[in-house]
Amino acid sequence: MMMRFDFWWLPRAVILGLLAFIIFGPLTNLLLWTVAEKWYFPHMLPLEYGFSFWERVFSPRGNAMGSLATSIVVASLTVVASLALAIPAGYALSRLKLPFRGLILLAFLIPQAFPNLPVYVNIARFFYQIGLNGTIAGVVMVHVTHGLVYAVWIATAAFSAVQIDLEEAARSIGAGPFRAFRDITLPLAAPGLLASAIFVFLESLDEFTGSYFVGAPDVNTLPLLLYTASSGGNYQIASITALLLLIPSIGFMLVVERFLRADVLSKVGH
Amino acid sequence: MNGQAFLKVAGMSVGYGPTTVLDNLDLDIAKGEFVALLGSSGCGKTTLLRTIAGFAKPFSGRIEVAGRNVTELPPDKRGMALVFQSYALWPHMTVAQNIGYGLKLQKHSRETINSRVAEMQELLGLSGLGNRKPGQLSGGQRQRVALGRALAIDPEILLLDEPLSNLDARIRLTVRHEIRVLQKRLGITAVHVTHDREEAMVMADRIVIMNAGRIEQQGPPEEVYNKPASPFVAAFMGAENLLPMQVRVQGDLIELAEGEYNQTSVTSRSGRPLTTGPVELRFRAEAARLARVQDVAMQGTGHLELRGQIASVSYPGGHWRHAVRLGDREILVDADAPYNQGETVKVQIPADSLFIFNTSTNTAKIT
Repeated sequence: MMMRFDFWWLPRAVILGLLAFIIFGPLTNLLLWTVAEKWYFPHMLPLEYGFSFWERVFSPRGNAMGSLATSIVVASLTVVASLALAIPAGYALSRLKLPFRGLILLAFLIPQAFPNLPVYVNIARFFYQIGLNGTIAGVVMVHVTHGLVYAVWIATAAFSAVQIDLEEAARSIGAGPFRAFRDITLPLAAPGLLASAIFVFLESLDEFTGSYFVGAPDVNTLPLLLYTASSGGNYQIASITALLLLIPSIGFMLVVERFLRADVLSKVGH
Repeated sequence: MNGQAFLKVAGMSVGYGPTTVLDNLDLDIAKGEFVALLGSSGCGKTTLLRTIAGFAKPFSGRIEVAGRNVTELPPDKRGMALVFQSYALWPHMTVAQNIGYGLKLQKHSRETINSRVAEMQELLGLSGLGNRKPGQLSGGQRQRVALGRALAIDPEILLLDEPLSNLDARIRLTVRHEIRVLQKRLGITAVHVTHDREEAMVMADRIVIMNAGRIEQQGPPEEVYNKPASPFVAAFMGAENLLPMQVRVQGDLIELAEGEYNQTSVTSRSGRPLTTGPVELRFRAEAARLARVQDVAMQGTGHLELRGQIASVSYPGGHWRHAVRLGDREILVDADAPYNQGETVKVQIPADSLFIFNTSTNTAKIT
């Protein structure tokens, strides 16, 4: 067969190149900023490289470690609270013939459906009245309302993917309903539940608006630190903080990809 | 059936939502009996089994085990074990853990569980597979694990929901036999749901034929096979050849009126609850005999002779199957040697292979 020149490679290469630039350009910029000692306009690249800002971020007196700890505590509590609600809710939604099942599932989307800002401003006002403003509990509650949609939807799908006769088989040979749930359903749904936990954890880690209105300045999460640093023109600190946020996201995404099997994914939202 | 019913279903109605699947059903099963619930899909046999197991709640009626009312008990408190059509083995547990789970629930010691699991594996030919996961087993092996898991807890009643329907035809024949032998050896009471006539015949002490949520007939295999009580049972038990006719009842004799393909023939009523009028006549392909027109008449009395043309011939194995054209109908008749297509033949059906039912009432009861 004769080789023919394919004119389409040119636009394809251009589009792929642009895509790569759009995705990796800002990331490269971010990475450069984390190691830039001196960098100002009009220079294309930093003038001096070094790790002095890393020392500042990770120094005992720096805010970063404290914020990281706060963020992780908030995210972990959010995961625990979300799963405590999502496991019974997801099980009920997957197993019981509830009326308006679709509507109930949709209801968990409501916190995402409205513009965040007015919602959080009102929550902050309300929390301020009942003394929840500026507390870890308050921030966790805001994150739970936000993360519950992932938790409940994925948990419902995870439980739906466990065939009901597996549970009935346990019941028929003498397991009570809780025992059958603990020994059969829960272990089989665990990968899906773990995936939902990771989604909630990442959502909480990244959440800014709610944390800002309800938490700041007493509860200082990483996104809040990032905001303060970048609005103060301190791009190195901001970039290092962003990198700290990026690492768990990428790591967990790889894990989630392994745990969310097709049979669970196909049942999300059903 | 002799003696007191061990498992008793009385006046039970079951359904899902507004639809009633089983209406006012009664069934008595003796201890140690193997009962097959036979019927086509949607007849309610699986619903009956699941209600006995406790997975479906009856609207009304009672279920008793050894005189104890279990109607309101949850599935785990009924002393029964259900083997599922899908086997429902737990993929996260090994074979030994699957079989031993019921014993673990009964809080037996580890040693007791281990020895009982080993015993079950030995019994079912699963030795050496204890550490495998269900995913690494063949269909037949999975089926045995499912059976072992149910038998390990020594249930009073074993419920089998089409446990053989997912197996290869060849394995199915051996597993059929194995389950029957095991059930006899353990003296366990078993209820087996199937849509396979031969499976029910081979395995069961008693066959309960169900149709549209009702019990059409029940009895030992040879009885339901040879004395079907309704056209449905006759058809389900393989009497697929159907001819409409007129009968006249004269005391203990019935006269089949002359038609376009038969002469008048008189046969014994033999307890059939027939009345004068239109009937449907059914018989099995293998029960009828083919003969050439010039051949001498069949020996004995009471048989029916039909005249028709061979429409087609096929060889399903063992014998030749002929489609015989009778007017605008076709019937199937088996013969040891093939006849030529288009040949005019006599079809002779012995008296005891004729199933005759009044057309007006399809629920004729036999005594």
